Amino acid sequence: METFAFYVFAAIAVIASLLVVAQRNPMYSVMLLITSFGALAGLYVLLDAPFTAVTQIIIYAGAIMVLFLFVVMLLNVPREEPLPSAIAGMLGPSGMRLGAVLSVLLAAEVLWALSRIAPGSFAPEHAESVSSVANIGRMLFTQHAFAFEVTSVLILVAMVGAVVLARKEH
Amino acid sequence: MVPLNHFLLLSGLLFAIGTAGVFLRRNLITVLLSIEIMLNAVNLTFVAVGRFHGTVDGQIITFFVMTVAAAEAAVGLAIVIALFRHRESLSPDAFTSLKW
Repeated sequence: METFAFYVFAAIAVIASLLVVAQRNPMYSVMLLITSFGALAGLYVLLDAPFTAVTQIIIYAGAIMVLFLFVVMLLNVPREEPLPSAIAGMLGPSGMRLGAVLSVLLAAEVLWALSRIAPGSFAPEHAESVSSVANIGRMLFTQHAFAFEVTSVLILVAMVGAVVLARKEH
Repeated sequence: MVPLNHFLLLSGLLFAIGTAGVFLRRNLITVLLSIEIMLNAVNLTFVAVGRFHGTVDGQIITFFVMTVAAAEAAVGLAIVIALFRHRESLSPDAFTSLKW
């Protein structure tokens, strides 16, 4: 049952991500990415990480993607413009091909590296679930308290930066 | 329990898809979306390895990655809006004034 759920969620995540990249219209890309994030939240539930699954839905699918959607609608550029013919003749197809080859190469390299991991090297199956929300909260506010506080400064800086960058110049 | 390698393979695959998006697409918004795919692939690795080690550290670092991703998306999209106002285009090829 668990294995079946894993494959279903994995297939949804991979297919939706592929379509995000293949899609011409950014509107559809954003919608498909939300689907992909939902499938990843399912995978987090399978990994006994309900807190991460919920934050994935609330922060990623809820907040960040709405921000993207807002910008897509604001800018209203439905599709990519074609390359100018001079550049297209010079680097268009071969440039695309180079990018495709690079990413296939990366995938092959990752698969090769993972195939060399000994199956028992992480001692799975023995580790029991420790991830209660209370546990995460305790760790976050004791051991990682400094990082947590620095995060608030980061968000403040990002907020000020976004307002300054997107402001109209007078 | 699904073995760890399956999760690692899945996240490697997602990361490669995100990389392909960054390399292949000529729309700044789609490039940012591809970066989000890559960040999520890394998050999946953190949570999976943390689960198989029996610690919550993977989930805590995922929490921080999500925060940084939110900040990145806000600033990145603000830059995209500013660039669009400047050139009326979202293609990275339109912004080459600093290129030597």
